[in-house]
Amino acid sequence: MIPGPFTYHRPSSVSDAIKLLVDLGDEARPLAGGHSLIPMMKLRLATPEHLIDLQGVDGLKGITREDDNIVIGAMTTQHDLLASEVIASWLPVLRETALLIADPQIRYRGTIGGNVANGDPGNDMPALMMMLGASYRLEGPDGVRNEAATDFYQGAYFTSLEPGEILTAVSVPVPATGHGYAYEKLKRKIGDYATAAAAVILTMESCKVVTCAIGLTNLSETPLLAEKAAEAVIGTSLDEAALRNAAALAEEIMLPAADGRGPIEYRKSVGGIMVMRALKRAAARVG
Amino acid sequence: MATQAKKTQVSMTVNGEPVEGFVEPRTLLVHFIRENLSLTGTHIGCETTHCGACTIDLNGLSVKSCTIFAVQADDSEITTVEGMANADGTLSALQEGFRQMHGLQCGFCTPGMIMRGHRLLQENPNPTEEEIRFGIAGNLCRCTGYQNIVRAIQYAAAKINGVDFQEAAE
Repeated sequence: MIPGPFTYHRPSSVSDAIKLLVDLGDEARPLAGGHSLIPMMKLRLATPEHLIDLQGVDGLKGITREDDNIVIGAMTTQHDLLASEVIASWLPVLRETALLIADPQIRYRGTIGGNVANGDPGNDMPALMMMLGASYRLEGPDGVRNEAATDFYQGAYFTSLEPGEILTAVSVPVPATGHGYAYEKLKRKIGDYATAAAAVILTMESCKVVTCAIGLTNLSETPLLAEKAAEAVIGTSLDEAALRNAAALAEEIMLPAADGRGPIEYRKSVGGIMVMRALKRAAARVG
Repeated sequence: MATQAKKTQVSMTVNGEPVEGFVEPRTLLVHFIRENLSLTGTHIGCETTHCGACTIDLNGLSVKSCTIFAVQADDSEITTVEGMANADGTLSALQEGFRQMHGLQCGFCTPGMIMRGHRLLQENPNPTEEEIRFGIAGNLCRCTGYQNIVRAIQYAAAKINGVDFQEAAE
């Protein structure tokens, strides 16, 4: 379980990190918390020749409210999210989700930037980001661009990050006051990736759904936004028929892999159940 | 492939003592601690970031030292299980709890459990049983006997808070 040899770099600015990535090319990888990359390196499934450790880069950590957005630096850890008053007040669904990621030791190291940029369909935050309408700040040799989370994921471990680019921050629009939210994650044991998970955010008036978005984790090669399912519950009171309809519409877009977490049919079925549970729990929190 | 990477110097404070060494960048922190520093209290269990036997305290956070390179920990402050006893050599409240409550069992996971329990009690000096179980979720005991480990941490919490340890009724 010894990783292959590599050269270690610890730049102190984003521009230095980008320059290293550009100069060293395909054999260089940025290193954030390392809790996805280092296990892969130990198994020699990843053998980068250069690691560019971002821990010394100033300004990549922190959570701030900027107008109607919450901006989270890429090196902010899951533990930082759990400790943040800003997150607890404005984005409690991120807190709920962070608590379901891995275990305490890993939450101290694992970062939001690594979680969303890695492109692992098992990671929990990408579906949240799609559901919340978040965008990613990508900095590269040609400058800065912002990419919607919904446009970022193209396949398993395949994103729209260009060579030389680093994801430096996540920007999440502040949800409406009084919104309901839930992240329902079925896992085999604490710390596991999702067998199936669903994220819901919604608003209601007079017991009817006014707005709704639904994200799905580990039910396809990429995180999914279940748009038809979300549209279908608008105007309903989330009665049993509406819940079942939403689950069925969400299941239509699921393409999970058959693996140790279960066969395809099972994962789609429990995926639908996660959608129903998340809708119900989100509705109960409206207020 | 890269040619053999050059060794680099790292220095850190381990259990209050400044230490340094030459390591390849790929050297894992747990190997540096066990092999360069000969501090073999920190155990290697699964090597896959699951079991928590290699848990240490790094800059005030408990981390799995099998999943950090020694170079990442350059300039950091580390506590291992060897640094857990009181200054006069007597057992800390947590170590005493593991002894009194038979929290060791086979003993393999104990260093990681103690390091995680230590940080948990720093952050939450009066945890509920549920908070303890959630807080040690990253540490596996293959004796499957978490009950005594939970009691050990409860014992330590009571002692730190200056109250008598009272077991919950069955």
